[in-house]
Amino acid sequence: MTILKNRLFWPAAILLALLIVNVFTSNQFITLQDGHLFGTLIDILRGSAPLVLVALGMTLVISTGGIDLSVGSVMAISGAVACLLIKDLGNQNAVGSVLLIMAVAIAVSALLGLWNGSLVAIVGIQPIIATLILMVAGRGLAQLITDGQIINVQSSPYATIATGFFLTLPVAFLIAVAAVALITVLTRRTALGLLLESVGGSPSASRLAGIRAKRLTIMVYVVSGAFSGLAGLIYSANIKSADSIYAGNLIELDAILAVVIGGTALIGGRFSILGTVLGAILIQTLQVTVVGIGVPSKATLLFKAVVVVVLCLSQSAIFREKVFGRFKPRPAVRAEVPA
Amino acid sequence: MGEPATNPVLEMTGIRKVFPGVVALDGVDFRLYPGEVHALMGENGAGKSTLIKVLTGVYEIDGGDIRLNGEEVRIAGPIAAQKAGISTVYQEVNLCTNLTVAENIFIGREPRTFGKISWGTMRKRAAELLKRLDLDIDVSEPLSRYSLAIQQMVAIARAVDIQAHVLILDEPTSSLDASEVEQLFRVMRRLKADGVAILFVSHFLDQIYEISDRLTVLRNGQLIGEYKTAELPQVQLVERMIGKELATLESLEDKAQRSRKRTAAAEPILQAKGVGRTGAIAPFDLTIHQGEVVGLAGLLGSGRTELARLLFGADRADQGELSIDGKPVTLRDPQVAMKRGIAFSSENRRTEGIIGDLSVRENIILALQAARGWTRPIPRRKQDEIVDKYIKALSIRPADPERPVRNLSGGNQQKVLLARWLITEPRLLIIDEPTRGIDVGAKAEIQKLVAELSDGGMAVLFVSAELEEVLRLSHKIAVLRDRRLVEELDNSAGVDAERIMQTIASGATS
Repeated sequence: MTILKNRLFWPAAILLALLIVNVFTSNQFITLQDGHLFGTLIDILRGSAPLVLVALGMTLVISTGGIDLSVGSVMAISGAVACLLIKDLGNQNAVGSVLLIMAVAIAVSALLGLWNGSLVAIVGIQPIIATLILMVAGRGLAQLITDGQIINVQSSPYATIATGFFLTLPVAFLIAVAAVALITVLTRRTALGLLLESVGGSPSASRLAGIRAKRLTIMVYVVSGAFSGLAGLIYSANIKSADSIYAGNLIELDAILAVVIGGTALIGGRFSILGTVLGAILIQTLQVTVVGIGVPSKATLLFKAVVVVVLCLSQSAIFREKVFGRFKPRPAVRAEVPA
Repeated sequence: MGEPATNPVLEMTGIRKVFPGVVALDGVDFRLYPGEVHALMGENGAGKSTLIKVLTGVYEIDGGDIRLNGEEVRIAGPIAAQKAGISTVYQEVNLCTNLTVAENIFIGREPRTFGKISWGTMRKRAAELLKRLDLDIDVSEPLSRYSLAIQQMVAIARAVDIQAHVLILDEPTSSLDASEVEQLFRVMRRLKADGVAILFVSHFLDQIYEISDRLTVLRNGQLIGEYKTAELPQVQLVERMIGKELATLESLEDKAQRSRKRTAAAEPILQAKGVGRTGAIAPFDLTIHQGEVVGLAGLLGSGRTELARLLFGADRADQGELSIDGKPVTLRDPQVAMKRGIAFSSENRRTEGIIGDLSVRENIILALQAARGWTRPIPRRKQDEIVDKYIKALSIRPADPERPVRNLSGGNQQKVLLARWLITEPRLLIIDEPTRGIDVGAKAEIQKLVAELSDGGMAVLFVSAELEEVLRLSHKIAVLRDRRLVEELDNSAGVDAERIMQTIASGATS
């Protein structure tokens, strides 16, 4: 019974169900081939990396009671900056230069996060408006950087971050794992998590407890920017080009959804990193499953919406009470219902 | 109008309203006659706002009946209240400041010809209406152009125009200056002459005595009595609001007499010279010594909280000089005060104290952690050690550090907040209403704690609406009235509740 009450039970159950569907519908769920793991499960883990990264940053932002709509545009800018610089390299396969360029792209993304954070914390603009500015303007900026073209690159070190394998596992997946570990340590081994939850839980009480919320707020937007930048690199490395129009298109909605599925309330306060990761992988699995079971492409979005609605309803205590409570004698056997 | 006030326009009898765990109104009677200004008096939690919300249809009553013009009515909601002729103007003006004055007055019931709003008629009627209130302003200007007082009068004009027989003014004067108050009173007198019954709530005693004809006193959800204002001296009013008979108060105080000795040589920790904040508290002087308990006494809204907040930097003083340990400081924000060893526990436990989602442990370490910064977390073992110690010392129940603090009772939440500040080892602890709304046992424990802390050398600024408490604990009492520190008393033999009530009531130092 206690496990059923856990907020992550239903997302985990639905994820498991979707994975089981995939075991039957996909040709290969997981096998070892060419010295690395291969199959639908690996595709899911690899493909979910950008969303996991974006959703991690989003979790921190949402925990302070904010929101970051600009993540998709930052992804586009980051990819555009990287591809533009790599294209001009004499040797696109020079590992050192490519690493440096990626660092530059992430730094630019962090700066964009600083811009968001300053608008929210110093100027005092509502987060949804402040980040909407960069959401719209950022895509224009990315198109300016690429001059409206799609920039193609032929750099194998760059491609590695999206399509490479290390120790039989996809590099993109390992990057996501490292990011999750980093954020977990950053928030739970220091007092950062506590202070963020405090600010999100009650800004006025936090102020009177001596917490200076401004710096914390700016910091979470910087982290969100940097992680979106990294996600943008993986996206662009995957298609070996900078696509300033479709890179990260609508990913902010998936990221917010992942955070909410993971049990972090949009009003701020308590957050769950594990929950967010679960949410992001669930969304990616859903996308893969839709293709796998042959839902016609026209109906894909609708199908996705239905699953999301079911998921959200399953997490709603009121809904569960209404639906399941009706068919049962009132006080007695509610414990059996969800099983 | 000239009708004799024989029949009340509004008569409420035996009103009962229960919230989970609290009886907010317990058999309260209230009568309102046409052409009178009737003040509703009581301290915080007395039931004033509940009564008003019953009257405006926000709450449904659990017992009793309401009669309007002799007919029994059921007020189902704010719109029903308006239809029945009861209009309310709240402290915060509920108008759209971006619309014009005329639009605000007629919003939702614009004069129309063939479905089209006739702007000319609207402006004309608005201007006429305001003229009746002695207000000559351009009604086609946006409301935001005008002062708060004018905005309030526009709200009143709107209320009156909706055929209000009963006008409720809930703290309309709290943010107005003296001349604006005068203007408002003129309007009230005009309406009174027109036969409107006005229910007036204000924390300013002088205003009550200036404008009201009769008053009803509530305390702890019960009716204390209905009086003619002119026949009830201020001291007696205060006594009835606060509740203890003078004799009882004194005997209580005698029983709880504790040693009030303090070393004469104690160093002053904090000195305020002419510190004040416009609109919140007039400039005051106050010195707090080591090991001294300074009590702030005064009615609700007298400026107790405002004064305390300035000393912590919760609000910024806009005048005067403050020095801590003889060195001048500017308390820009709470962190600056915390660095100087000042702690502050707000009266708003829910919104400015606890973080409900977080656990007892997290709430307790919060201020200490904030002072250390996020990069230097308090090791978990140390946290558990500190938290366990304070859960025991303050007997916080349930003694489960990982329980969300929102699930604790008010008294235990208060103890969590005290623990939060005590672990920062402050030299001056400012506590605003630490015993409000908590049970008797917890109250006694907190009072005992304050006494012990002071004996241990900590200075305490103790703010409370309960005179008894202030008298029992304080070495020195600062009395506030109408947002002004009017007197500072040494709590020696000659000082008793009556003496303080006199000051609260009259402001004079007799």
